[in-house]
Amino acid sequence: MSLDAHLVVRRPSFDLDLSLTAESGEVVALLGPNGAGKTTALRALAGLAPTSGGHLVLAGRDLGGVPAEHRRIGVVFQDYLLFPHLSALENVAFGPRSAGVRRRQARAQALERLTQMGLAEHAAKKPAALSGGQAQRVALARALAVDPRLLLLDEPLSALDAHTRLEVRSTLRRHLADFEGVTVLVTHDPLDAMVLADRLIVLESGRVVQEGPPAYIARHPRTEYVARLVGLNLYRGTATGHTVALADGPKLDTAESLDGEVFLAFPPSAVALYRTRPDGTPRNLWQTTIASLERHGDNIRVHLDAPLPAAADITAAAVADLSLSEGSRVWASVKATETHAYPA
Amino acid sequence: MKLRLAALALALPLALTACGGGSSSGKSSAPSKKTLNVFAAASLTETFQQLGKTFEASHPGVTVKFNFGGSSALAQQITQGAPADVFAAASPATMKTVTDAGDAATTPATFVKNELEIAVPPSNPAKITGLKDLANTKYKVVLCAAQVPCGAAATKALTGANLKVTPVSLEQDVKGVLTKVELGEADAGLVYKTDVNSADGRVKGIDFPEAATAINAYPIAVLKDAPQPGLAKEFTALVTGPQGLQVLTAAGFEAP
Amino acid sequence: MRAPQGRVPWALTIPAVAGLAFLVLPLAGLLIRTPWSSIGPRLAGTQVGDALRLSLISATLATGLCLVLGVPLAWMLARLSFPGRRLVRALVTVPLVLPPVVGGVALLLVLGRKGLVGQWLDSAFGITLPFTTSGVVLAEAFVAMPFLVISVEGALRAADQRYEEAAATLGASRLTVFRRVTLPQVAPGVMAGAILCWARALGEFGATITFAGNFPGRTQTMPLAVYLALENDPDAAIVLSVVLLVVSIAVLALLRDRWVS
Repeated sequence: MSLDAHLVVRRPSFDLDLSLTAESGEVVALLGPNGAGKTTALRALAGLAPTSGGHLVLAGRDLGGVPAEHRRIGVVFQDYLLFPHLSALENVAFGPRSAGVRRRQARAQALERLTQMGLAEHAAKKPAALSGGQAQRVALARALAVDPRLLLLDEPLSALDAHTRLEVRSTLRRHLADFEGVTVLVTHDPLDAMVLADRLIVLESGRVVQEGPPAYIARHPRTEYVARLVGLNLYRGTATGHTVALADGPKLDTAESLDGEVFLAFPPSAVALYRTRPDGTPRNLWQTTIASLERHGDNIRVHLDAPLPAAADITAAAVADLSLSEGSRVWASVKATETHAYPA
Repeated sequence: MKLRLAALALALPLALTACGGGSSSGKSSAPSKKTLNVFAAASLTETFQQLGKTFEASHPGVTVKFNFGGSSALAQQITQGAPADVFAAASPATMKTVTDAGDAATTPATFVKNELEIAVPPSNPAKITGLKDLANTKYKVVLCAAQVPCGAAATKALTGANLKVTPVSLEQDVKGVLTKVELGEADAGLVYKTDVNSADGRVKGIDFPEAATAINAYPIAVLKDAPQPGLAKEFTALVTGPQGLQVLTAAGFEAP
Repeated sequence: MRAPQGRVPWALTIPAVAGLAFLVLPLAGLLIRTPWSSIGPRLAGTQVGDALRLSLISATLATGLCLVLGVPLAWMLARLSFPGRRLVRALVTVPLVLPPVVGGVALLLVLGRKGLVGQWLDSAFGITLPFTTSGVVLAEAFVAMPFLVISVEGALRAADQRYEEAAATLGASRLTVFRRVTLPQVAPGVMAGAILCWARALGEFGATITFAGNFPGRTQTMPLAVYLALENDPDAAIVLSVVLLVVSIAVLALLRDRWVS
């Protein structure tokens, strides 16, 4: 039940070229900024958007030119799109009934699914009476009820509040683990990708910029966007042994020994700030100016200016102690062991 | 500002139509534009239009405006205050409505008579020969409704001949009957001789002797509140005079 | 308790009241001139009963016909794209601008005994439509259908097509999507269109009398009866009009909730 897709969508203001393969049981996440083409890719997989080329083979069957209703897919939309005039039960039974299953049987099957999800007592309610988390689970049940070969999830958790999201994310993970077909999930939340996906494809401006296991990508971002997403400072440079000469900036020492073009990354929490030049082990030390400060959770994120623009996470107490403010001159250092270099 | 413009935009056309509709008062100083309003039965359409042109030719600056329709409807309009100068009705009964209401200025004068005729499509598919054939339920027969003059005449002729005819439709005026026969929807209809005449071969007419029992007299009268009483009298004189009679008899009417 | 509202704007209320008066005063005039004292014996005449029954039945049947043909037509105009769609949409509104009598003549030319289609109906099946109650239904449907099509097409265009997409991904054929997802969504629009259609059909005169003729009990609807009564008995005409008015208002008021939603 594998998926082999090459999606090409060319429109006046848009250009998508994405190759995607997945095996049964795999969960692939499409991650990217707005306008990257993730939703277009999903709609193309679903048969809801026309393609300008490429191919799409699902479970050995060529789906080129096949309309959505004949594709054996299940889609969970961002707004769930539960039919407002039907109850939760009838929503879940909709797919099987469209396939010709008799009403009573379809409803019985639907009730079973809802019970498995713990939603049995909400079966008779209309979607308007369901909470966000309940609606999301009903939408998932509805999509799974058609026994699809490919499950498509469009930002499945974005409509939920933070607390519900935590719960639903773990429930969703369990359901996806049980699902035997291919799952393609579109998200802009890196946490969703980390928790739910086996493989991550980063999409920017219609092109794949990175692909691999989520944990690996988080530690080895290749673009500004991903770096920001996973919360790392990212730079490009040329390595000779343990030293990396950054494209525009000072030389930094790193734990790895490499040669050639490399990426260099370190988390904001690895940056230490001093008012005066410190003595000590950090090999990576430079003088800089504070560009701005902002709250970041319980800490303060300090944005440093040239020669090496970086983000540094400092406690609020430290900021107060050092009387740090915009324009303050500081010394910044990063331990080489906390930096991470990898081939570009 | 916009509201005022909108109000003006609405008021202007209304004012214009209100001004334009009324006819001018009888200013006899110079030959100004005058309109004569003549209400006449539908069966007088072609003949009166011709007479209207004759009248306009002999009365420069005068326009004759006709309102043709079912006599009863016209009588209604007159009694409700429609601005008419002359009324030519298709039956004494409908004229009576107007005189009873006191809206006639002169005693109505009968100016022509009209006789019924059977109208059939040119090919006469039902092979109608006389009034008796109309009673045959096999044929689709169309009559005027009893409330209109041609319908009253038809009823009179049929009861006089002791015939029961079940029509498929009772039309509101002769034109309706004629249309149905012309289009071949009806096999036969009872209309006036003048209607068959004006159909110009689109229908064929069949005379029947019983028609003499239900002849309709057409009266004409000048109306009391006529905006143009002088012109109204002159028009009536034209209609009842030798010129009018010639035009009318040529169309199939009979002299009074 | 309602939330506090701003001052009522006179620029809106004055024309609104004028509009209401414009529509209501003629009806009031009708009611005032009704010969209430003699209304009993007039109503007892069988003609009124026949005409009323025929009017209600034919208007309802015509509306049914309009729904059966018009809703799919509206779907086609709103959901399918085909060459000449704009022209088709304009053609659908033609009965609205055509004088009803002209519509009746057109119907005769096509469906009459000698009509393009009528001839064949007559020779093959022995069916003739003029002068029959079916003819009345057809004439009324002809003039009233545009109201329904326009209403329903508008509702379809405004409907959220994403639900239809969702249904497609669940395996529903286009017909199933229409039946189970689209139609329930646009039901209020369909209802409003049907009410307009019914009201128009009820009041139709010109096309009916031209195509179906006038015969009591078979093709004489209330409007025809009123017009003929006007010929020599205006009081009878007023009574008939008031009856039609009362019955129509009762039916429309019963459907009030649907209308409002």
